[in-house]
Amino acid sequence: MASSHNTIESFYKAIAEGKLVAGKCRVCNKLLVPPRPLCPHCYSSNFEEVVLKGKGKLLSYTIIHVAPPQFRAMAPYTVGIVELEEGPRILGVIHSPSGRPLKIGQEMTVSFDTNVHPTWPKWPRYFFKPAEDVDSKSWTS
Amino acid sequence: MVGAPLAAIVSAGSSKFGALEGRLGREIFAEAALEAYERCPNLDPKKDINAFFLGQFLGSSLEHQSHNAPVAAGWAGLAQIAATRVEAACASSAAALRCGVIAVASGLFDVVMVGGIEKMTHRETAEVTESLAMAADYPFEQWQGLTFPGLFALMATAHMDKYGTTEEQMAKVAVKNHRNGAKNPKAHLQKEITLEKALSSKVVAWPLKLYDCSLITDGASCLILTKPELARKYTDTPVYIVGTGQASDTIGLYEREDLTTLRAASLAARQAYQMAGLTPKDIDVAEVHDCFTIAELIAYEDLGFCGRGEGGRLVDEGVTEHGGKLPVNMSGGLKSKGHPVGATGVSQAYEIYLQLTSQAGNRQVEGAEIGLTHCVGGSGASAVVHIYRRVA
Ligand SMILES: [Zn+2]
Repeated sequence: MASSHNTIESFYKAIAEGKLVAGKCRVCNKLLVPPRPLCPHCYSSNFEEVVLKGKGKLLSYTIIHVAPPQFRAMAPYTVGIVELEEGPRILGVIHSPSGRPLKIGQEMTVSFDTNVHPTWPKWPRYFFKPAEDVDSKSWTS
Repeated sequence: MVGAPLAAIVSAGSSKFGALEGRLGREIFAEAALEAYERCPNLDPKKDINAFFLGQFLGSSLEHQSHNAPVAAGWAGLAQIAATRVEAACASSAAALRCGVIAVASGLFDVVMVGGIEKMTHRETAEVTESLAMAADYPFEQWQGLTFPGLFALMATAHMDKYGTTEEQMAKVAVKNHRNGAKNPKAHLQKEITLEKALSSKVVAWPLKLYDCSLITDGASCLILTKPELARKYTDTPVYIVGTGQASDTIGLYEREDLTTLRAASLAARQAYQMAGLTPKDIDVAEVHDCFTIAELIAYEDLGFCGRGEGGRLVDEGVTEHGGKLPVNMSGGLKSKGHPVGATGVSQAYEIYLQLTSQAGNRQVEGAEIGLTHCVGGSGASAVVHIYRRVA
């Protein structure tokens, strides 16, 4: 039976609280990001919600110049795929306060957009920063 | 039985591809159907065609028209036969073709028509961009600001990092396909481009630039299929479909283990080769899904035309040029012929049909006997591969 903590909505509710969560299958122990109602590895529907550390490695990135209308004000912006330390991969916008060119394989940290716009996107957003930039004083969201 | 034909193509048609102003998808489809009928005078469309499968992706959003299969069937003058729309993003009509092959091979129908339609150029580029992005994962890709070119750009960055593929090698794909498209009277952009022009065009989603991207195009295409044993009733020059493959993958690119290959395309290719009893070495001419230049390089690898990471080398060596050992995208591909998404899969088969029946004019690959088409839906959540033979 699907419970309330293994849905896409529960994933984004956790983002609003500054947490990146996965669904952990209680049968085969696999971590699923996003959480989902059925484990594709063992077909169990028995999950617990676990909080991830929010650290990982950059697998690939692109710089979007031609953006859909909702994102045009941000362009150009960088989007990348990060492999989290716990294994799962997620995609998101990368803020690079230092402006240094990105390198595939470099360490990334997940941050959260606490300044959520009430209309689009309705769901809150997470984003990535190069780990080396996390303490940068020059960074502003 | 390995290599036994599954179905025969007895005729094919295509509209002109381009900005076809002032016409709806159904009207463009009628142009494609008429060419197929004219090519096959022994066929009575109303009496002989028993079923119709239509590929269309964006009718609902761009034309405000769902349910276009019965509409197109009516405008093509078919009887009140079963007409079904198939949707697999950019692979919609390749999947419709496969439905047609299965319908004929099952024995249920003697003659079926398959086709594809897309009408796109009447809308603003931003609207089309947004609609195309619907092929990406909504909650974790579209929501995060990723665009359709952005998906393939992520593959390109990963391919460049892993294998040393260069922006110049990608641009060479664009130059080649424009050179081919310049010889195709139905192509959207019939003009050659230089490497410099491709490399200096404006960035869409780095590392992809304007000339790495396929075109927003209107167009329609169709094929008439029958059982192999009935083919000679309709034509002296049938083309046989001897292999079909289709597979799927996660819609989210981020979930995949390897960003430098399309697993669905590799699997579909393996199925099609096995069914046909053929190997990549046997292919004389291919149409592959170059929605972006990097996609053509990855297609070479997924189809076994070269080893992993060697796609760039293949284009450097001119293997896939007209006159090379394995010419790819003689039609101009999605890059120059254009990419009316729902029409693309059957349009690829149309080009192979022309090539294998020596009707391809000054872009003819001499002596081509075996052809292949490769069509990708979205960023590879669907892929469809077909193999064709001139002789059963
Ligand atoms: Zn499990």
